[in-house]
Amino acid sequence: MQTQTIKGYTVTEEGYYGNFGGAYIPELLYKNVQELTENYLKITEDHDFKTELNKLLHDYVGRPTPLYLAKNLSKKYKAKIYLKREDLNHTGSHKINNALGQALLAKKLGKQKIIAETGAGQHGVATATACALLGLDCTVFMGEVDILRQAPNVARMKMLGAKIIPATSGTKTLKDATNEAIRYWINNTDSYYIIGSVVGPHPYPDMVTRFQSIISKEIKKQLVSLEGKEDPDYIVACIGGGSNAAGAFYSFIGNGVTKLIGVEAEGKGITSGHTAATLKVGSTGIIHGSKTFLMQTKDGQITEPYSISAGLDYPGIGPLHAYLCETKQASYLSATDEESLTAAFELMKLEGIIPALESAHAFAVLDKLKFNSTDVIVINLSGRGDKDLDTYLKNYK
Amino acid sequence: MTTRLQQLFTKKQDHNLSLFITAGFPKKESLLEIIPILESSDCDMIEIGIPFSDPLADGPIIQESSTLALNNGMTLDLIFKQVKELRSKTSKPILLMGYLNSLLKFGLEDFYSACFDSGVDGLIIPDLPLIEFQLNHESFVKKYKLDFVFLITPETENKRAIELANNSSGFIYLVSSNSTTGNSNKNTHDLNKKINELKEMGLKLPLLIGFGIKNAKDFENACGSSNGAIIGSAFIQLVKNSNDLKKDIPQFIQSIKTISYDHSIK
Repeated sequence: MQTQTIKGYTVTEEGYYGNFGGAYIPELLYKNVQELTENYLKITEDHDFKTELNKLLHDYVGRPTPLYLAKNLSKKYKAKIYLKREDLNHTGSHKINNALGQALLAKKLGKQKIIAETGAGQHGVATATACALLGLDCTVFMGEVDILRQAPNVARMKMLGAKIIPATSGTKTLKDATNEAIRYWINNTDSYYIIGSVVGPHPYPDMVTRFQSIISKEIKKQLVSLEGKEDPDYIVACIGGGSNAAGAFYSFIGNGVTKLIGVEAEGKGITSGHTAATLKVGSTGIIHGSKTFLMQTKDGQITEPYSISAGLDYPGIGPLHAYLCETKQASYLSATDEESLTAAFELMKLEGIIPALESAHAFAVLDKLKFNSTDVIVINLSGRGDKDLDTYLKNYK
Repeated sequence: MTTRLQQLFTKKQDHNLSLFITAGFPKKESLLEIIPILESSDCDMIEIGIPFSDPLADGPIIQESSTLALNNGMTLDLIFKQVKELRSKTSKPILLMGYLNSLLKFGLEDFYSACFDSGVDGLIIPDLPLIEFQLNHESFVKKYKLDFVFLITPETENKRAIELANNSSGFIYLVSSNSTTGNSNKNTHDLNKKINELKEMGLKLPLLIGFGIKNAKDFENACGSSNGAIIGSAFIQLVKNSNDLKKDIPQFIQSIKTISYDHSIK
């Protein structure tokens, strides 16, 4: 069996990470997914493709993003805390790394019509942006509830030329937007589906991880000049589907040095029935074409997640994370709405940075971890908080 | 030993009508009412949908029926209980159609043995990949003497279609167009061409056409080069709107088969 191995894990030809992953799709999607499986590495590993994408990431997105030593935060938590400033990317989050990569790939495959799902709207905005830049048609599926709570991003997408289709099934959030996008794809196989996270059928989890891996590749280089070593003691990142965490972990998985910490959204508490902490309350099953951990009833019905943050409000998790969790190569913690809001306000006061609500979850575990004063911590600040001002203002005391 | 499905196709090669109904729709006990009506009507096969929270291949009508069934408290345990009760009342083949997650949570061997115990004849699991079927399901399907049906679409390459047919038993399910259930953009010319190509490549298994079949004309077109057709969304719509199932279901089936009756008279 042909496999791709990086340190710490292997992805099989069928897209399995251990027992997780694969492509559980109806035959109606087989041709499209197969086309992608056969071509994604061929195209993305091509020298010209890499040159073109890297140039765009540099000139258009503004990469590399800074690795910033947060002195005041470091002082408070008594360790050296660096922030990987993905919030400074064009469009305001890490999502553009993947959206631009896949849009370029779609173009190479000769596809003109792009579809995408979005939760917080960050992936939707990133995809609408990439499509505007590359001259592609863009349709974004977004839950009706999310459309209301992320209004600024809806307006952005519209101005960028995207068509927004509200998902009205289920709790009308990210899961339902993804269902609708997949159904639309079945009915419109000439479209290319840009999935925004490390979820979905193979090859999406692997492909999105690769496009996001630029985060950890840059951290490695930046740490050499800042700290004289490649590997930090900790990487901390928030997790919904898990794309920013996958990208931030990628180069450090299995190095024996770096503790990888993922932070899920606990919502109102693990036992409250209002949570999105999949690894805490979930079990193995199939969601959106992938075998992974998901929140479900004893009958296998997928349950509705809850988080204050629309981007983490997802009942599954990427199969890579399910695998890293099972093999204990990464630790997965969780933070409540309340803890994340507190952490966000603290970051604003101490460092003058307004984080996205999603990213705030990563900061909320700092006081749960025990650091040595010489420890080097990198927190992936995956997005900025402009879109969350309403929520912040409502909760600001 | 031949299965009920194999017996059906030995006895009757054309114009087979299969009707699909979501279990627990519109009421929790509706199967117990609907299936006896189908037994005494001119329907040849019964497909029971296992309601699922996230049915990716289904259009709005079947989605809605699933949501309602789940709200009614429908479960797999209850489906098996109802099928067992119905098995003594009908000799028509009964298939379960559902998504893999329901089976995984139930436990694979438990699921297939419950199919056997209750009298289910076959399975259609659209999101089960072929390789996973061969690794984890095929042995149970054989052990419990069930039929397993794969889907093919107009866009499935012929070589793959034959491979899927070789792994199917009972019949193969040809989706009329690349769409979710209930959509109606069919090109029967392409379908007939596809079927003829597959037959030339040695396809022996009976073939039923489904997705988007709504009326007598659709049914007749689908039956042109196949062994029959499957009606789901249109039947669910009828059940939803009916105040008198005993009257409306036989009438619906008769209306679907009108043209084929004309043929047989000639």
